[in-house]
Amino acid sequence: MTGAEIISGQKDGISARNVCRHYRMGEAVIRAVDDISVEVPRGEFVALLGTSGSGKSSLLNLIAGMDRPTSGSVVALGHDLAKLSRDESAKYRLRTVGMVFQSFNLIPSMTLIENVTLPMRFAQIERGQRDNLARQALSRVGLGNRSNHRPTELSGGEQQRASLARALINQPQILLADEPTGNLDSKTGTEIMNFIREFNETLGMTVVMVTHERGLAERYASRMIFLADGKLVADQQNDGIGPNAGFENTSSLRSSL
Amino acid sequence: MTELVLMLVSRTRPRLGAAYERRVLKFQDSAELAFRNLRESLLRNSLTTVGISVGVASLVAMLSLGIGLQQLAGRRLQKSGLFDTIVVTSRRDLRGFNREQDENGPAPAESPALDETARQKIEKLPAVVEVYPDIRFITDLRFEGKAHLAMVAGLPFSARTNDAFDGMQGRYFSSDDAPEVILQKVFAEELLGKLPKAGGDGTNVAELAKPLLGKELVMRYSERTASSSERGGDGGAAYSVTSREQTVKIVGIADLDPDSMRGQARARVFLPLKLAERLRVVQPSDFRDTTRNAGSSPAYNTVSARVKNPNDVLAVEDAIKKMGFNTFSIVDATRSLRQFFAVLDLFLGIFGSLALAVASIGIINTLVMAILERRRDIGIMKALGASDADVKGLFFAEAGAMGILGGVLGVALGWTIGRVINLGTNVYLKRQHFPPEQIWFVPWWLILGAIVFAIVVSLLSGLYPASRAARLDPVQALRYE
Repeated sequence: MTGAEIISGQKDGISARNVCRHYRMGEAVIRAVDDISVEVPRGEFVALLGTSGSGKSSLLNLIAGMDRPTSGSVVALGHDLAKLSRDESAKYRLRTVGMVFQSFNLIPSMTLIENVTLPMRFAQIERGQRDNLARQALSRVGLGNRSNHRPTELSGGEQQRASLARALINQPQILLADEPTGNLDSKTGTEIMNFIREFNETLGMTVVMVTHERGLAERYASRMIFLADGKLVADQQNDGIGPNAGFENTSSLRSSL
Repeated sequence: MTELVLMLVSRTRPRLGAAYERRVLKFQDSAELAFRNLRESLLRNSLTTVGISVGVASLVAMLSLGIGLQQLAGRRLQKSGLFDTIVVTSRRDLRGFNREQDENGPAPAESPALDETARQKIEKLPAVVEVYPDIRFITDLRFEGKAHLAMVAGLPFSARTNDAFDGMQGRYFSSDDAPEVILQKVFAEELLGKLPKAGGDGTNVAELAKPLLGKELVMRYSERTASSSERGGDGGAAYSVTSREQTVKIVGIADLDPDSMRGQARARVFLPLKLAERLRVVQPSDFRDTTRNAGSSPAYNTVSARVKNPNDVLAVEDAIKKMGFNTFSIVDATRSLRQFFAVLDLFLGIFGSLALAVASIGIINTLVMAILERRRDIGIMKALGASDADVKGLFFAEAGAMGILGGVLGVALGWTIGRVINLGTNVYLKRQHFPPEQIWFVPWWLILGAIVFAIVVSLLSGLYPASRAARLDPVQALRYE
């Protein structure tokens, strides 16, 4: 596809090369992401750490295909995201990545089942299958009996579980989470993180999580990348948990996808 | 959890390949999402839809008024018998209505005779309903011992639908050769010795009818009877002229003039055509025939051909001219009338569309508001993988749904307004002693057209909001909590 992909050798993972994202705000130029290069192999659980304004969310948006770099390249699963057309990047977001947000971002006027069904509508999954799949996904995250409730009728933890079900409904290979526990108490936060870890381990799904809680990153992520002022300041393996205990067991399943 | 994994894994569908095929949200999905969005801001969307329906209603109302008036005028013209009739004359008469016709065609002396054979030939032309000879003569009519001179004309039985007889007192001829007459108001006044009042049609027909209906007139005329040499047929025609009398009963007094097309030669007394033919009254052309070696059968002065539809007049006229006769019709009048209504419809349509234009601004406003309101929802959808076309489709579907609803409601509303106005007009017409008329007419194509137009206008109005929504940057849309 592109030279960048071949050079990176990361056909299954994510590779950012000298990626910059600059915003112009009046006279000033804000360097949200400033010349970051990073390789994330398939199946890794990476935490992007930094204070607010460090550029971690901007980097996540670039990997999500929601934003385009000012310069440099982001290649995910062989797709050079900067070179995709608008349609192609929409499809990339639909098929390849699943996103979880701090504020859950469920559509308030829709019930949980409608929210979970929405990505399948865009993916043109057959109508007959959709409801069934959405119901199964909701019951697996413990919301089987709440599928006809609206998000406002649910607790934060429940909303985040629903949004996890929605993020995974189109079987993405990459899960991107932006402060997934930021609006939750520590008990429900743990619940959510356990789900994410399971997806990472059982599906071999690559996870990139933005957080400002170092403790959380240390407990769940296999690798921690520290950002400050848009620059990468540290990149370390997290020996505390060891890389993906369950990954080996499911690699055969993955390859059949 | 493993079950979820298996469930997700077992689904087979094409993976994201190097080449991306284009894909757009299915129509049914767009429609479903659009209707749920419309339900979310029910009041605002209802008001917008009502706005469209008022626009459509005004368009339907204006256009159906124009169409109704045109049909009314058309019906009137058709009934008048002026616009579906072609007057045919022989070129031998050397007095065509139209000079140019004489220039291209056989010389008058060689042109065929306008006799019974020619009449039957013309009657066989397509779109011709009937062809009848024009029999008229000036003669003496005695009423209560006093003689009156008048132009008498034969009327075909089909002329009873002519609107000249709308305000008639009495009745039409009982049959095509009954010894009955219908008088024109002017002659009725003369019989009764009433002078027509200057500057107005003062006398009431009903007043004239009372002393005249059922009374008898004695008509004196000269009959053309065949002489022995005519029967022998050795070239010239010869006949005898005998004075006869025929008693006829007055059955009707016509208010309007059924013979107005004739100008100076208009008749004041009308006989059933068959009776008039049977009388064999000497015609001016008979004198010419005697010198002209024209064969034995008597020729007609003029015959009138009635066609099915005023639109057929030109074609039939051409065919008759090719047969070597002169023709005359008032088709030009209908042409300019049609032009007038085309312009009227255009202007009514423009005024009607103005309301729809205002309504379309309402749609734009509503959808732009919806974008501001649903900014975050649009951002979420785009983050989940909705393409520009998906988002555009959603807003188009919403605009289209409002257009369909507004169009249907508007047609219903416009139709109701039309019914009410029809009803009101007829109450008014009844009070003025006029027969009821349908001045409001909604043809089926206008119903369909108005709905389609409403949808098209709504979709056009949705263009800007839809493309604005599609261009929304998901990062921006999701940035603010």
